[in-house]
Amino acid sequence: MSSAFDYAPAPESRSVVDLAPSYGLFIDGEFTEGTGGGLRKTVSPATEEVLAEYTQGTAEDVDRAVQAARRAFEKWSALPGAERAKFLFRIARIIQERSRELAVLETLDNGKPIREARDADLPLVAAHFFYYAGWADKLGHAGFGPDPRPLGVAGQVIPWNFPLLMLAWKVAPALACGNTVVLKPAETTPLSALFFADICRQAGLPKGVVNIVTGDGSTGASLVAHPGIDKVAFTGSTEVGKAIARTVAGTDKKLTLELGGKAANIVFDDAPIDQAVEGIVNGIFFNQGHVCCAGSRLLVQESIQDELLDALKRRMATLRVGDPLDKNTDIGAINSAEQLARITELAAAGEAEGAERWSPSCELPGSGYWFAPTLFTGVTQAHRIAREEVFGPVLSVLTFRTPEEAVAKANNTPYGLSAGIWTEKGSRMLWMANQLRAGVIWSNTFNKFDPASPFGGYKESGFGREGGRHGLEAYLNV
Amino acid sequence: MPTTVPAYGKEAAGRLASMADVTASDGALRRFLHGLPGVDAVGLQARAATLGTRSIKTTAKAYAIDLAISMIDLTTLEGADTPGKVRALCAKGVHPDPTDRTAPKVAAICVYPDMVGVAKEALGDSGIHVASVATAFPAGRAALPVKLADTRDAVAAGADEIDMVIDRGAFLSGRYLEVFEEIKAVKEACARPDGSAAHLKVIFETGELQTYDNVRRVSWLSMLAGADFIKTSTGKVAVNATPPVTLLMLEAVRDFRATTGVQVGVKPAGGIRTTKDAIKYLVMVNETLGEEWLTADWFRFGASSLLNDLLMQRQKLSTGRYSGPDYVTVD
Repeated sequence: MSSAFDYAPAPESRSVVDLAPSYGLFIDGEFTEGTGGGLRKTVSPATEEVLAEYTQGTAEDVDRAVQAARRAFEKWSALPGAERAKFLFRIARIIQERSRELAVLETLDNGKPIREARDADLPLVAAHFFYYAGWADKLGHAGFGPDPRPLGVAGQVIPWNFPLLMLAWKVAPALACGNTVVLKPAETTPLSALFFADICRQAGLPKGVVNIVTGDGSTGASLVAHPGIDKVAFTGSTEVGKAIARTVAGTDKKLTLELGGKAANIVFDDAPIDQAVEGIVNGIFFNQGHVCCAGSRLLVQESIQDELLDALKRRMATLRVGDPLDKNTDIGAINSAEQLARITELAAAGEAEGAERWSPSCELPGSGYWFAPTLFTGVTQAHRIAREEVFGPVLSVLTFRTPEEAVAKANNTPYGLSAGIWTEKGSRMLWMANQLRAGVIWSNTFNKFDPASPFGGYKESGFGREGGRHGLEAYLNV
Repeated sequence: MPTTVPAYGKEAAGRLASMADVTASDGALRRFLHGLPGVDAVGLQARAATLGTRSIKTTAKAYAIDLAISMIDLTTLEGADTPGKVRALCAKGVHPDPTDRTAPKVAAICVYPDMVGVAKEALGDSGIHVASVATAFPAGRAALPVKLADTRDAVAAGADEIDMVIDRGAFLSGRYLEVFEEIKAVKEACARPDGSAAHLKVIFETGELQTYDNVRRVSWLSMLAGADFIKTSTGKVAVNATPPVTLLMLEAVRDFRATTGVQVGVKPAGGIRTTKDAIKYLVMVNETLGEEWLTADWFRFGASSLLNDLLMQRQKLSTGRYSGPDYVTVD
């Protein structure tokens, strides 16, 4: 990094966010205290400062929320689609109006850089509500019969990596199709869901249509096990996803799971190198690598390995790690001490198994949870860092010699969420896309999202699709 | 990586000679240029846009504004130019802000060849260079002897820098070696009797070359032919300098230095009017090339109206108030 042109601190102001000391549960259109009386703390991962307390929802709280959602379902599902659309459009507009506040909040609670919260998360959140608002009165034309019916009450459990975006992915299609929801945000990032509850009130959404029950994993377990829900939607780890599948087995609940990934980002020797480097960086370091579809395995053709790695290291040296609220920060804080420990452990395993570790020199802040962007070369399919999901800013570099070998290595994983192909040759791009067993294939780009495009996995990355027309199916009785 | 020598230095020719095999024939040059990595337009534009979101404030902004002023090729290229107009511009270049003598001077005054003598005299020993466009600027549609005479005339009149235009027609029809040879010939015409030479900037007119692949190819072609600077545009067509095109050229000079050890400068020109825009370009230089390129020796802005906006922003930073266009000079 140049020393002459040092960027002065450019912090986004925190004052746009008005945080209460503690939050209750949002049930039946009101914030209420939990029945258990337990409170949890949510901290800023960048500073370990306690941001607020929130309620540990109990099984009884979950039951109240499900009953509220059940009561609301009758009227909500009977509304004409165009009327439901009005609420969704209203929510989308309020999100846009409050986007700066929500971006700062998301950055505070999650640790992601404000640049990403502002330029990626929030625009996508609003876009998702706008998109599904448009479907609400056109469900008869979605290819699921002339008058597809909603399922009922959806129990939704979302992760901490994109708290508000994952909420949007789940809530928007559910409401558009006429369902009501009980949503459990992640234990480390409950705040944006609680602010969303306020947006629902602001939009005049009927009581009980959206209920937010915060808490840890036990709250989520109570929700998915509740006999009163008709649909479970979960995004998170494969381990928890399997447990949910076991819970739901034998019931008539519909289930969609969006789980882990170990995506291959495949770079051929005819790739547009500079853009491929950007795509690799974006693929693994976007959101600190806390992305289920992250391109965590770089498969590079042997003939350009040295050239590409030199370019990649040069680019990594310019990444700005630090205060997530600084508008020039590229890589923020790791979301929790627990996640940091997991990343640290897997990176250590990478070294122990003989892979070569490299990070650019960068100064990490003294408090909070931080991990420098890291590259492992000399990785083989046998290494743990090539097989297990790190969910952090750690890239494993493997090589291949032929397109067939690239396909074989890319598919040689229990996951199948996403993949990237970098080549200027159209025929190879299409051939590769057909061979790869992954739900999303990006070509000459990575981590591009759009509400109109379905997203979901193969194999242990889950099933069901979110987004697009396909995303409606998960919330319709078809 | 080989040790770095400047493109205008004596050793550069030897370095370029090591690449002579790729320019030995039309076929060899074509194979080389077409073998350069492709450019993904969407990705390039996205990267330029992301760099454009950098937030440059307070001390960093003050640094960037002064740096940008010192990199300006303050330009007048009008049919209506007169000695009086050129002298006024020179005076402004020496002291851009009459109310604040701490404002840095610009890098060069850029004029048509017949105004070089006037500019040279007006600038005296200020240290500001005189840059002259040449080679039948802006279209470049003249016979080679005319272009060379145009160049020699400007050099003889005292030009420190020559801004030539390439033959876009020849490039677009694939006559790469012809373009290469023409640049080489102009470079030779930049030589002075005393053995020194005017620095050569090669203008691509990227708005006419259109594709990013063409921009990467013409960048390499020009650097192989001995360009000291590569420059986007004449400022005379609809599309002039853009951030993606400039970013691509920055990547080209970076890769060229990594291959040959020869350092070449970059000059975006045309359409850069605001401080905000200028800072975006400096951020691109900073994060693509680093501080080795962050001087007027290696990066220039071809601009006329940019200077006043930089001065107004400079006054705002030092006084805390916006001054307005009546507090900067119109020349």
